Amino acid sequence: MRTVAVVGASLAGLSAARSLRGRGYDGRLVVIGDETHRPYDRPPLSKEFLAGTLGEADLSLEADDEDLRAEWLLGARATGLDRARRAVRLADGREVRTEGLVIATGAAARTLPGTEGLAGVHSLRTLDDARALRDELARGGRLVVIGGGFIGAEVASTARALGLEVTVVEVAPTPLAAPLGATMGGLVSALHADHGVRLLCGVGVKGIGGESRVDAVHLEDGRSIPADIVVVGVGARPCVEWLEGSGLALDNGVTCGADGRTGLAGVVAVGDCANWYDPRAGAHRRVEHWTGARERPDAAVATLLAGGAVEPGVPRPPYFWSDQYGVKIQFAGHAGGADSVTVEEGSPDGRDVLAVYRRAGRPVAVLGMNQPRSFTRWRKQLSAPPRQS
Amino acid sequence: MMIPVCRLADLPRGEAFRLDIDPPVSVFHTDDGEVFAIDDTCTHQDASLADGWLEGCEVECPLHASKFDLRTGAVDAPPAKRPVRTHGVLVEDGMIYVRVSTDAPNLPPCVASRLAGGPA
Repeated sequence: MRTVAVVGASLAGLSAARSLRGRGYDGRLVVIGDETHRPYDRPPLSKEFLAGTLGEADLSLEADDEDLRAEWLLGARATGLDRARRAVRLADGREVRTEGLVIATGAAARTLPGTEGLAGVHSLRTLDDARALRDELARGGRLVVIGGGFIGAEVASTARALGLEVTVVEVAPTPLAAPLGATMGGLVSALHADHGVRLLCGVGVKGIGGESRVDAVHLEDGRSIPADIVVVGVGARPCVEWLEGSGLALDNGVTCGADGRTGLAGVVAVGDCANWYDPRAGAHRRVEHWTGARERPDAAVATLLAGGAVEPGVPRPPYFWSDQYGVKIQFAGHAGGADSVTVEEGSPDGRDVLAVYRRAGRPVAVLGMNQPRSFTRWRKQLSAPPRQS
Repeated sequence: MMIPVCRLADLPRGEAFRLDIDPPVSVFHTDDGEVFAIDDTCTHQDASLADGWLEGCEVECPLHASKFDLRTGAVDAPPAKRPVRTHGVLVEDGMIYVRVSTDAPNLPPCVASRLAGGPA
């Protein structure tokens, strides 16, 4: 291959570019990113960056002396893929002809319809989002976070430490029940109340009040919560619209195999926009985890360079972390299929538990709160190849 | 200066021992029977590498995904970007000793500012 294009210049795209060079690809490498920034790390955006303890230079994902010999097209949004001509079309009318293509366009924050242009309403996905929110939080006031997932909880935790009055609104009866199950979701979200953050569950948002600037969040049950700042943390959708009509299978992201391969030769997908086949789960899953964006591109690049002639290995179980109210939360595996959850170490009251999820007696997931050592051991055990029966 | 750590017999293969000096140092006994000492704190964020995932001659930070080479201290990929210090190891009469490096450590920003007496 003489040209490979990577569309997406965040962690997954950068990891793919690194793997290409690391695996000896010596041809032309074009990295296309719709933001104007060089690759940066997103996890601190809801935590240290928002709190002001890390600056923008600390977010860089590239080493100072790193040179991938890539052409960086930044501020360039991909708008289409011409399968026959093997060309990526860009919003500014340019196109990039390429033999190999890595799709790493990520996901975009979901927003609430009707809130465009209303000052004080934020989502948090990009560096520019985080800059705007950081400046507003620094002024203080009443913050309402819509959505009790990980991003919402981290923003609530950070804002509380900055001294804001914080309310979290969650439509489900228990926050985090989808990733952690109801019992452990309840335990983790109890951190809010421990730290003086009000948590309202089981109620939806009817609308956001205010003329030019937000002044309240109106709930479905008739209540109104006064607000100076609102953060909408209601998940993300994969950025794959630009691939419609390209011949790629799109279903909750780009449908791809366990090694990122798609139905088109020479095209792989990685990161948050990729709906990978997970051999452990026996199903396709789109996993929005930092570790997946960091680790899985190497398998996709191996497949791309080998023309598909690679037997994919079994990836490690999904792993993610969160930091809330000074508690390190870690999770690995899939909670969905578990039929039991038991606390093996620590105590729920102390908020330092190590909990193991099992299905038919076999561990399928593990949750740690301030238990990094035990968590690592359990995570290793989950990653061991399944025993032949 | 040589600091006594523990008896080699008390540190099984695949395990790590954290020496609580400032900054802390960890001694790893690999599955192959080698012994290495590196700074215990990940250069990205405050985490103890002794709690990490030891595989071959590499340890993965228990929180995130960066791996450090026990032989050189080098880091493989983000979020950590700087290496950890390595220290000399001596095993004599069944006892492990560490000779602490005189290089400046690469501590994460939150730990470095705490040690300097600044805001954590």
